[in-house]
Amino acid sequence: MSLLEINNATLKFGGVVAVNDLSFSVEEGEVYAIVGPNGAGKSTAFNLISRFYEPFAGSFTFDGNNLLERDADQVADLGIARTFQNIELFEHATVLQNLLVGRHRHRKTTLLEEMFFTPRVRREEERHREAVEEVIDFLDLQPYRNKMIAGLPYGVRKVVELGRALASKPRLLLLDEPASGLSVEETQDMRWWIDDIRKQMGITVLMVEHDMGLVSGVSDRVLALADGAKLAEGTPAEVQANPAVIEAYLGAGAV
Amino acid sequence: MRIHFKTSYHHDIRLFPDRWTFSVYGTLLALAFALPYLIGEFYLGEVTNVLIWAIAGLGLMLLTGQTGQASLGHAAFLAIGCYANTILIEQGVPFIIAFPLAGIITGFVGLLIAVPVLRLHGIYLAIATIALSVLADDIIVLTEHWSGGVSGKFPEMITIFGFEIERWSMPSRFYYLVLVVTIICTLFYRNLLRSPLGRAFAAVRDSEVSATAMGVHIARTKGKAFGLSCMITGWAGALMGYYAGTFNNETFSLVISITLLMMIVIGGLGSIHGAFFGAVVVAFLPQALSILKDNVVGSGVAIPGLETGVFGMILILFILFEPMGIYGRWLKIRTWFELFPFARKDMFRRQKSYLKTERLR
Repeated sequence: MSLLEINNATLKFGGVVAVNDLSFSVEEGEVYAIVGPNGAGKSTAFNLISRFYEPFAGSFTFDGNNLLERDADQVADLGIARTFQNIELFEHATVLQNLLVGRHRHRKTTLLEEMFFTPRVRREEERHREAVEEVIDFLDLQPYRNKMIAGLPYGVRKVVELGRALASKPRLLLLDEPASGLSVEETQDMRWWIDDIRKQMGITVLMVEHDMGLVSGVSDRVLALADGAKLAEGTPAEVQANPAVIEAYLGAGAV
Repeated sequence: MRIHFKTSYHHDIRLFPDRWTFSVYGTLLALAFALPYLIGEFYLGEVTNVLIWAIAGLGLMLLTGQTGQASLGHAAFLAIGCYANTILIEQGVPFIIAFPLAGIITGFVGLLIAVPVLRLHGIYLAIATIALSVLADDIIVLTEHWSGGVSGKFPEMITIFGFEIERWSMPSRFYYLVLVVTIICTLFYRNLLRSPLGRAFAAVRDSEVSATAMGVHIARTKGKAFGLSCMITGWAGALMGYYAGTFNNETFSLVISITLLMMIVIGGLGSIHGAFFGAVVVAFLPQALSILKDNVVGSGVAIPGLETGVFGMILILFILFEPMGIYGRWLKIRTWFELFPFARKDMFRRQKSYLKTERLR
């Protein structure tokens, strides 16, 4: 059984069909990329998986759990973490605090214990910190550990957001345009990180990305979307060679 | 410049980051305990007032500064705490139980109110909470049987295991009581900040979308913030009742709510220091103004609206020139000295934040 299975998902905003009868599945341990022109429904598909949007129809199954029975905040508990296209970090907090929020689903202490900061809270905090430090080492964020997000450059924020998602130790990582706005070097770093996330940490990655270099470099399978529907699915090379994909990007008669 | 040399993760979460800070706050605490021997009764009363306002400020700061939910209704919770405490004691509950219970009752009332109210955002939330302030007045009048209505109530003398505390006849004992409550509330606040719930508060404040994606239940977290905030405010209200000596339906008015909010903005949103700095301004400004007025235009002349006018002006000036409040200014001055002569003018300048994901509301 696949880790994530989406069947016949449909979502409409008024008369606009954002996602139209979309089905795909992500296998455990693979990097699966979704590509497509602007407005194809890529981010909408992400928001459906995160339960920010309620689908009109379709089934969403993650590791045997029906996602539609969960609220948006319960999705993280299943082991799904995500990043956002336009970076949604906690601006008035340090990098460390941001990453620690990623540990929220692993908290075990109660309100009363936290008010008195019992030794157990302290031990838990140190455990969270240890997990976060692993992520900091992995992403080379050491120089920024105690910096406020508000003062950080765009590229670093992008990495911090990836780090926050990793800190929650997910099974499935949703990356919404991980390379958008990054320089060539930073994109290269991102590519290695995604490779390592899969190989070292064993985390399955589902990503939306426009940079075809990155997509063909890291992903096992690619799904091409246009107007909310599936256009093509296969290895990066197959999808890039698919006439329907070329037509969606470049227009009819380009081949 | 001080360098923190950390050898364990515990160093980052302990109460005081280093010996220096520990000694600074230790001295401050020692000074606070020695204060009744250092200053006269009048000024001790004023300091007590500052501390009571600071507790109320901590309460609102938890909600507004930490969780980002504005409230113009906190006078209502001061009232609930005050009346709950007085009525419980009248029913024969000893102070040592009645006082904590008053805060907990206020917290639960706050939690009940939070469920519908916290669905609102920004300005609408502020309007809804104004309604609480207005309602509190009417409810106190309507429930005259318990609350004493317009004629008001007088809190009884505090007795803790036979030890008597009264604000007028023994101000230093009352001061110590307030000081202890202040310390407990500050510790609660500080402990929450360094634990998962405190981070969840900040997460809700800065980005509800990504807080949700990280597994933070928005409504529940806001509810907790509101409840805790009301609990602390309730304690401040009970102490305010003792401090005033008498209270009725008009004691905890909308003006008190506005003053509270103003206080934490002037002090510096999102910091414990801010609540204290703001309380100093709010508690001392009326005194300072009246002394100033007496010296400039003579004591016989009354200037209506002087206080509110000056308050308003201070608030505008702070929002324009120092949105981080007094605590923010203090941080800048401290950094300037620490880095001397390398501090740069724009070190604290905030760059415009990047476009946010559509807020999914």
